[in-house]
Amino acid sequence: AARPSTARRHPPCSLGVRTAPHRRLRAQPRLPRPMLLHGLLVAAATGVGSVRADPTCKSAAAAPAKRPSPWAEVPMGKPDAILGLNQAFNDDPSPSKMNLGVGAYRDAEGKPRVLEVVRTAEKILAEKKLNKEYAPIGGLPDFVDRAVKLMLGTDAAPVAEGRVAAVQTISGTGACRVAAELYSRVLGKGTRVYVPSPTWANHHALLAAAGLEVHPYRYWSPETLGLDLEGMLADLRGAPEGSVVLLHACAHNPTGVDPTAEQWVAIAEALEDSSLHAFFDAAYQGFASGDPERDAHAVRLFAARGHRLVLAQSFAKNFGLYGERAGCLSVVCQDPEERARVLSALSLVIRPMYSSPPIHGARIVSTILGDEELTQAWREECRSMADRIISMRARLRGAIEARLASTPREGESWAHVTDQIGMFCFSGMTPSEVARIREEHHVYITGDGRVSMAGVTEGNVEALADAIVEVTSHRAAEAA
Amino acid sequence: PAMTFPAAPMSRALTAARQHANVLRMVSSRAATNWASVPMGPADPILGLTQAFNEDTHPKKMSLGVGAYRDGTGKPYVLDSVRKAEADIVSAGLNKEYLGIIGLPDFISASVRLMLGDNNPVLGQKRLAAVQTLSGTGGCRLVGEFYSRFLGTGTALYLPNPSWANHKNIFRDAGLSVKQYRYWDASTCGLDLDGMLADIADMPAGSVVLLHACAHNPTGVDPTVEQWEAISKACKARGDLHLFFDAAYQGFASGDPERDAGAVRMFIEDGHPIALCQSFAKNFGLYGERVGCLSMVCTDDEEAKRVESQLKVLIRPMYSNPPVHGARLVSKILKDQELNKQWRAECKGMADRIITMRTKLRGELERLGSSRSWAHVTDQIGMFCYSGLTEEQVLALRKDYHIYITNDGRISMAGVSDDNVDYLASSIVAVAG
Repeated sequence: AARPSTARRHPPCSLGVRTAPHRRLRAQPRLPRPMLLHGLLVAAATGVGSVRADPTCKSAAAAPAKRPSPWAEVPMGKPDAILGLNQAFNDDPSPSKMNLGVGAYRDAEGKPRVLEVVRTAEKILAEKKLNKEYAPIGGLPDFVDRAVKLMLGTDAAPVAEGRVAAVQTISGTGACRVAAELYSRVLGKGTRVYVPSPTWANHHALLAAAGLEVHPYRYWSPETLGLDLEGMLADLRGAPEGSVVLLHACAHNPTGVDPTAEQWVAIAEALEDSSLHAFFDAAYQGFASGDPERDAHAVRLFAARGHRLVLAQSFAKNFGLYGERAGCLSVVCQDPEERARVLSALSLVIRPMYSSPPIHGARIVSTILGDEELTQAWREECRSMADRIISMRARLRGAIEARLASTPREGESWAHVTDQIGMFCFSGMTPSEVARIREEHHVYITGDGRVSMAGVTEGNVEALADAIVEVTSHRAAEAA
Repeated sequence: PAMTFPAAPMSRALTAARQHANVLRMVSSRAATNWASVPMGPADPILGLTQAFNEDTHPKKMSLGVGAYRDGTGKPYVLDSVRKAEADIVSAGLNKEYLGIIGLPDFISASVRLMLGDNNPVLGQKRLAAVQTLSGTGGCRLVGEFYSRFLGTGTALYLPNPSWANHKNIFRDAGLSVKQYRYWDASTCGLDLDGMLADIADMPAGSVVLLHACAHNPTGVDPTVEQWEAISKACKARGDLHLFFDAAYQGFASGDPERDAGAVRMFIEDGHPIALCQSFAKNFGLYGERVGCLSMVCTDDEEAKRVESQLKVLIRPMYSNPPVHGARLVSKILKDQELNKQWRAECKGMADRIITMRTKLRGELERLGSSRSWAHVTDQIGMFCYSGLTEEQVLALRKDYHIYITNDGRISMAGVSDDNVDYLASSIVAVAG
């Protein structure tokens, strides 16, 4: 039967869409005629028919003016400071280019490294032929249990007493965002979160996205290239009661400056005195000193002192699982009853965000931490990564100082290259020096002068030292 | 100078005494009661059900709540094509570096081609902004956040009545105002097209309309081709609505991925600048790997670039970048001729088994002489049977027969097999007549 002329028509081809109604109709079963008429009657009743009444499709004149696209005013988003750098690096044709931007470990040849123990765990998992069913909203229980114990310790009171509410998350970012959403809901939108100055750029964005009010506390001292403890404590003591304080558990990003044990006690006291909530971001356990227990010191101190702390853990760096997105969020509670309520609150954040977390990375971590031998193998590989970075720090500092020995610059010290800890060297380079080292030497570091030491190798450390010395050479002239 | 390693510990006794004093301070301080005000929330209507099922010890228990496919013996099913792809990937020894914020480019292109068709002009014109997402939920949340930011918080988003239980939570959390349009007609167990079109005509300008691309969840009632045409016309006449397709069952509805793409392709051809959220949880059996894709049809390639950049701005503070494993699997399967063919056959196999179970269930219900009509069991399409059972009957089914279906009477047919279909039928007749 011929199709009525008021059947689907196509708008003027301004959108370049070709039409092939006949092809589609052949592929689909035809409806009995009464249904077609019904549809037409409905269309006519709703006023659609009037637009379609013109069978020659000269409806451009009769049709309503083409509305502007709703996205016409959507601006181009600012490229991510860190991840955008990767793109620029990839596009750079220079053979001597160095990617020292994103904090991803590189081996001595400058290649990404997948830990041997991770490959072993993957083989074990493949042999088990596990299914791919949904994890629970809170993630794989074994993974969560082992992740928490890795940081808090098996014997810690909150763990032993079953009052840690913990969920698997989309790596560290996901843990921080879910924590922020929890704070927002429980403490209220607009609750203040104090973050170290400087901190990982994405902290600002994710805390604000959750409706929290971000405030800085003094942290990095440009004069000493170390911790401004006095400023930090003053700012924390001045924070309103009930504010949240974000603390980097170890290997502060981007400065590499960590408080000493004594300093951590003073910080804990400041939080206690002002009734502030401790929120630890732990992306480098094992990576800072090479010893996961040592790197857990600050978190364990606060937990032992009774803080109902929140802890975001990432397994991206210390397990080399970057793209698998393995992370964990823990909330220390008063008792198991409170834990149950907090878990429920966390589920209500997660379910409408992504339902449940990805299983692959969590299974790898759980397999490793659930086996003594594999855990030992992991500790060794983690230590070897930390050690390589520590040795590169020494190499870089030595190389810079060797070059400066012939043309010394008074008052300029590069001791921070070895004093700082973790993946990054907060070089102290200015934005213009950073731009120059990129343009003239094809060395890619972030705008704040943060150098990912993980990307430094025997093969490039001398060239890096040359570049750093060269772009900072104006300082001696200016000082004179 | 900043010492960065912990100094030697204080004497044990002093440390312990100080810590004890501090614990007392903490316990008495207001900061110790952060979480006191947190109420116990309701169990998730779908995932909470699986929990209850797991705790049930009855030998005949049936888990027909969550929409996860089960094979003929009631076991979770990992597709053979997936196992093959996984073996290849593991042996390839690929690294685990971060994906870019938008995810794995090969996956994204394969994903959109699967739904739009290889030769869709939109692809050639580069007018599609597309990103990898955390399965379907992640895609919905991301587009919801995008709408909230660029159309305004409180913008109305219309869900079909009924819809997947999690939709309203997702879009509420994204800052949209969730409303409903008529969809399910209880008297016919079919589509209330009149009501739907009337509601579309009435929606405020700038509203978002969510459409299920195929295998409507929970009803299993899909518009026919002609009904889709009427819906498209109605939306075209409005010209000021934002259409968003949620596609969690491509391949799973009819068994044919091309056929299941019909509505999406029609609307794109009709010139609607749609948004599309694809999940690979069911059709690839990749549930826990969280693989999905969000795409948005834009006016031109310049707009697509801007839209994509804003999706990145939304993603970065949520989870930075998506998980690599599942995306590699889908990409490998779709791009390899043999694996692609194998996947289509396995997908069809799953859809066919469900269709067979529908036939058996309906047959058994009728054989038992049920007083009700059960035609909808075979009329409906996809993973679910919207049974029409009341909440009371659902609870009786759970309590007395240890059969777990969601409160709205939605039965996941994927969990039905030869071994249990008779028990299911007799239990239904027992509670519902």
